[in-house]
Amino acid sequence: MNAGERALQAVPGRIWAALLCALALHLGVQTLRPAPAAEAADLPPPPSAQTLRAASLGEPAALARLAMLYLQAFDLGAGNTLPYRQLDYVRLEQWLRAILDTDPRSQYPLFTAARIYAEVDDAAKSRRMLEFVHQAYLKDPNRRWPTLAHATLLARHRLRDMPLARRYAADLQRLTTDPAAPLWATQMEIFILEDMDELEAAKIVLGGLLAAGRISDPQERRFLQERLEALERRLASKP
Amino acid sequence: MPPALLLARTTLTEARRGGLPWLALGCLALATGLAAFLSQVAVTESRELQAAFAAALLRAGAAFLLAAHIAASLVRESNDKVLELALALPLSRSQYYLGKLAGFGACGACLAAAFCAPLLFWAPPEAVALWGLSLACELLLVGAASLFFAITLAGVLPALAATTGFYLLARSMAGIQLLARGPLAEESIAQSVARGAVDAVALLLPRLDAATRADWLIYGLPAPAEFGTTLGSLILYCTLLAAAGLFDFHRRNL
Repeated sequence: MNAGERALQAVPGRIWAALLCALALHLGVQTLRPAPAAEAADLPPPPSAQTLRAASLGEPAALARLAMLYLQAFDLGAGNTLPYRQLDYVRLEQWLRAILDTDPRSQYPLFTAARIYAEVDDAAKSRRMLEFVHQAYLKDPNRRWPTLAHATLLARHRLRDMPLARRYAADLQRLTTDPAAPLWATQMEIFILEDMDELEAAKIVLGGLLAAGRISDPQERRFLQERLEALERRLASKP
Repeated sequence: MPPALLLARTTLTEARRGGLPWLALGCLALATGLAAFLSQVAVTESRELQAAFAAALLRAGAAFLLAAHIAASLVRESNDKVLELALALPLSRSQYYLGKLAGFGACGACLAAAFCAPLLFWAPPEAVALWGLSLACELLLVGAASLFFAITLAGVLPALAATTGFYLLARSMAGIQLLARGPLAEESIAQSVARGAVDAVALLLPRLDAATRADWLIYGLPAPAEFGTTLGSLILYCTLLAAAGLFDFHRRNL
């Protein structure tokens, strides 16, 4: 016991009782409250990129990534793809655009747009995300070509929209000048014209990205590996 | 040893023996733990997320801890009449003030060095070194501001509130200027006056948004000229704050 403190017995009984009652009441109330649940429909309107920048206190890279985690909380919490469809995709796109404008060098918004939000079973919503990826690619082709490459595959195999896939592939071929970009990315148009199934194409693209050392993040590698396995299962279950 | 250096050493010893090291350790543990948790939720860029989040949290934590320590230490000295006792010794007011500033600057440098350590997990050493150097300069500025406000306002809460307000405004001023000039801002007299007022306030503040950026840890080192300008302007502003503090301290009747 500290020399400056008195013994516990010095505290009056009614104070003890008040403390324990208040603690018990608080714990009771907290236990009875329902657990927080993600509500896909309640995505609020996004702040502008300028507001996000002002709120970042000079740390746009940190705030952009925290904003992405906030956005994820509206869907990933449910653990399946159904809530993605319930999201308001107009607002979702506005959010992704604002976050990308806050930190234009981050790949996070484009990765989730192409790999998560565009893979829903709703053609209109998927198209909206692919178009978002395409527009973002046009602003910085040499940094953002991997996500457009995936968007091209989605347009070809999920949406079965050959003109859209060829438009994306043509832009990839025309605008990507990064010498580090692999040949298959810059020759995507030939690639999608070949009569290749989705799994085969996805394996080539993912294998190429891994071999080129472009996916160094363990979380991303794990996520993509799981996606590839899910694709294999989905195609194997088809008659 | 010159009296000012002696005072700086006792200031550093006081910080070491107080709660500052333990609070710094707690801040380090909190930042590292939260960053590790958030990286598990991320689907990509987990390393970048950890680096950016931990750096932002550690930067703000270091500034707050130092400002709170300075305000509490100086107000206690004032209440205990230690200031009067010190000035009764053969020690000028300038020596006292600059000695204190040097001691708090050394505390800031120690905090910056300690807060760099976890960032080495996620960022290259040269980027961490530049980030740490910039943080040390930023903490010197925070120390100068906190010393100025603690001596001028003579209360822990007013000094801490003033330092926090100054620090947050200095970090967000560039963003506020962007907002004032954004496409949504309508062209009217009131808007022009508001924009002028924002620009005037920005002129008086240091550009803390350009210093100690997490971007350096993620996207590579800043250009040498940009880095030099940033650090130079921080040190220049410290000199301004020290001069303002000395001016006020010399005018005071003790």
